[in-house]
Amino acid sequence: MSDWIDVCVTDDIEEEDVIRFDHGTRSYAIYHSPEGEFFATDGLCTHEQVHLADGLVMDHIIECPKHNGQFNYKTGQATRLPACNHLGTYPVRIVDGHIQIQLSE
Amino acid sequence: MTSTTTDIPPRDYRLSEQNAQQAFERGLASADWYHTDVDRKAMKALMKRSDGPAIRDTAIWIGLLFASGAGVVALWGSWWVLPVMLIYGVLYGSACDARWHECGHGTAFKTAWMNDAVYQFASFLVMRNPVTWRWSHARHHTDTVIVGRDAEIAVMRPPDLLKVILNFVGIFDVWYSLKALLLNAGGVFQEHEESFVPSAERSKAITAARVHVVIYAATLASAFAIGSWLPLALIGGPRLYGCWHMLMTGLLQHGGLADNVTDHRLNSRTVLMNPVSRFIYWNMNYHVEHHMFPMVPFHALPELHDLIKHDLPAANPSIWHGYREMVPAFLRQLRNEDYYVRRALPPTAKPYREDLHEI
Repeated sequence: MSDWIDVCVTDDIEEEDVIRFDHGTRSYAIYHSPEGEFFATDGLCTHEQVHLADGLVMDHIIECPKHNGQFNYKTGQATRLPACNHLGTYPVRIVDGHIQIQLSE
Repeated sequence: MTSTTTDIPPRDYRLSEQNAQQAFERGLASADWYHTDVDRKAMKALMKRSDGPAIRDTAIWIGLLFASGAGVVALWGSWWVLPVMLIYGVLYGSACDARWHECGHGTAFKTAWMNDAVYQFASFLVMRNPVTWRWSHARHHTDTVIVGRDAEIAVMRPPDLLKVILNFVGIFDVWYSLKALLLNAGGVFQEHEESFVPSAERSKAITAARVHVVIYAATLASAFAIGSWLPLALIGGPRLYGCWHMLMTGLLQHGGLADNVTDHRLNSRTVLMNPVSRFIYWNMNYHVEHHMFPMVPFHALPELHDLIKHDLPAANPSIWHGYREMVPAFLRQLRNEDYYVRRALPPTAKPYREDLHEI
């Protein structure tokens, strides 16, 4: 079973930026791409469990603020060491200007 | 400036499983570190990448390196070669460290291949395996000056001052570096390397070490073949006679300050320096700022310093001032290894983070 969860309104995230979204015991990162699309991944770097929302978004890359590991936030793929393991990604939709992500229970 | 002592068990700097477990139990390993609050918009502007400053500085660095290297060749055999070797040596044996460091973080250039190319070149000059040292430095940022976790603690307690002094001409450092490269080239990893280099990365480390060893062997062979020290004065040798600036600036990063804490304001030092040293060192004199926000490129560190200095101990105003603080601390640590320099915070700063390290 999966649910669509309200995150925030689209204006809350600047283009080419990211915010942190905590839900239950998990943390997620929600991205606004330069093309105006929204994406969601796990919120913590797979290398040392640092919040990615404090990092830098460059095009479709999120760079971890602690060790500069990089991921493609559209696919979750780790693209620069020391990040080796990929991030989980989550479906995103926009409903009446609200960003929603789909989380599995 | 005040100083203090704490009741800490005798230090064991080996990166063993037992020491790692102790560091985790004390909340010191992979900890959540103190950060000064910075507005997200301001931080995004500071983190923004560009190629321009690093291309300019790298062009100057490589240009001066090759020009002075040509000068060494041209003047070899005359006393006039000595001042030219001084310049070439520092550009080779000291400036390489800052380029290795900044390009290893991937922040110097915006373009990834430029970071990678300069990183590989600088790794060779500084005699570091580019694979193992990338992981070593990641650990240094995770567990900065945490005993039993950080492999890059330059001066352990009690300080071995003879070793520190001899390292100004690279004696121990080069020996350990060459030993590590030779071991890696033979497929052997030391205990500390095994603790932070993932298994999947080791074949790359072996290949890199073999490339370095082959170049050094060829340099040595050419010196024998032509019966001259010149090849060694150009390749490898500057890591000895030119590393003094790297040591001079590098010791100030953490020397004489606290260990086993989770607040970079307690274990790192920002020192204001002359423009030449800042060029050679690529602004790593802003060391508290760098550790707190490693995403900020070297060229934006002065601006970051201005933004957060209200929350940091006052920067040392010169290299000399830094040494006047650090050297007496080393001397006191000979008698009491728990001693460290604890600098006063300005009234505008949040208090030092004390909750974890006093467990």
